[in-house]
Amino acid sequence: MGAMGTVTVLLFASLAERAGTRRLELPLEEGATVGEVRDRVVAQFPQLAPAVPTLMYALDEEYAREDAPVRPGSTLALIPPVSGG
Amino acid sequence: MSVNVYIPTPFRHLVGNRASVRATGVTVRDIIEDLDRQFPGFRAQLVDSTGERARHINIYVNQVEIENLAGEATELNEGDEVAVIPALAGGAPTALTPEMVERYSRHIIMPQVGSAGQRKIIEAKVLIIGAGGLGSPVALYLALAGVGTIGIVDFDVVDRSNLQRQILHQTDDIGKPKVQSARETLLAHNPNIEVVTHETPITSDNAFEIISQYDIVVNGADNFATRYLVNDACYLLKKPLVDGSILMFDGQATTYLPGKGCYRCLYPAPPPPGMVPSCAEAGVLGAMCATIGSIQATEVLKLILEIGEPLVNRLLLYDALTLEFRIVKVRRDPNCPLCGDNPTIHELIDYEAFCGAPIPHAAAPFGG
Repeated sequence: MGAMGTVTVLLFASLAERAGTRRLELPLEEGATVGEVRDRVVAQFPQLAPAVPTLMYALDEEYAREDAPVRPGSTLALIPPVSGG
Repeated sequence: MSVNVYIPTPFRHLVGNRASVRATGVTVRDIIEDLDRQFPGFRAQLVDSTGERARHINIYVNQVEIENLAGEATELNEGDEVAVIPALAGGAPTALTPEMVERYSRHIIMPQVGSAGQRKIIEAKVLIIGAGGLGSPVALYLALAGVGTIGIVDFDVVDRSNLQRQILHQTDDIGKPKVQSARETLLAHNPNIEVVTHETPITSDNAFEIISQYDIVVNGADNFATRYLVNDACYLLKKPLVDGSILMFDGQATTYLPGKGCYRCLYPAPPPPGMVPSCAEAGVLGAMCATIGSIQATEVLKLILEIGEPLVNRLLLYDALTLEFRIVKVRRDPNCPLCGDNPTIHELIDYEAFCGAPIPHAAAPFGG
């Protein structure tokens, strides 16, 4: 399966701090899911791995499960909880 | 003495449909007699069959009920404001005094609020979890709006490091219990309201008892264990929860209505201890508190007034560095252990064990 377009990944809050960036573009493999895109992000930024079980995903601004397919040109947001008050 | 007497709607037919009239006398009793001379039949409205003042009639001098002064013997000063207020069928005397009409005039003038809406605000009971960064602006705006009963839960004392963002507290408050400092600040802004202080950490043992006294809960907690606890307690008690959280330059806000999703639908598992830092560990831009806190206060007022579209099934993400607001659509998770189709959580649990981290208490202040 080859690359067929890109996906924009947005990192929020502590993820952005840990990765040192808030936005990245990744090539998108055909049929890739939210979880697979996330794994590519974590491969690039291993320091994000401990946060994975707590993340919420939003695909094109809508809540998405890990198994949701990602279409080319989509935006995937990785949203960790924030506890400060 | 000549004083102004506020006449509520039920009595206005007696005084030529005026909202206020002048009366003279040395004491409250004199004023009532003068009103009866000017408007025959007025006194009969205030007394029961024995000639004593009826229990459902309250008389206020400058917004203080005369039973807290010297009763009908209360002496008056030139220019005092007297109000004769009957309790309404519902119980609470919710008539707006002239002071309230003036104070809340910028609310009342809007058709979405009006005097009926302002009375709803005055009758509302709102609980705020934490008198810290978020709790401060939420409490202040709700107090200014006239929310009649504001409860505040916080075990902590004011620390100098709080003052960079927690606008309820000032330098002279350092060392004071936060709930006490909060109460003083709120009553200085609006003496018409009640501020109920709960000087304790909120725990599985007291959460039901505290939360059940209120209509709406606002979350300004500073740790995950308290956030899961308050979420679960609000769902189990069927109370709306207006949630907000901040860290560094990021903020989140959403409103949970019972049965329409909860914190666990978004974040089923708490982060491992140390993964997500607290404000004490990572810092927070003070002005962020007002951005998110003001949104929470707005949500509370919308819920009270039943206007607009609450931030339900939508999570607001605020990035102060790019000044971007994003709204992500979220939804109730049918597999949620709390509010899903086959729930496994039916009572409060041990949240310290669940989160693998203690709920901060007075011995280890986190400082919101």
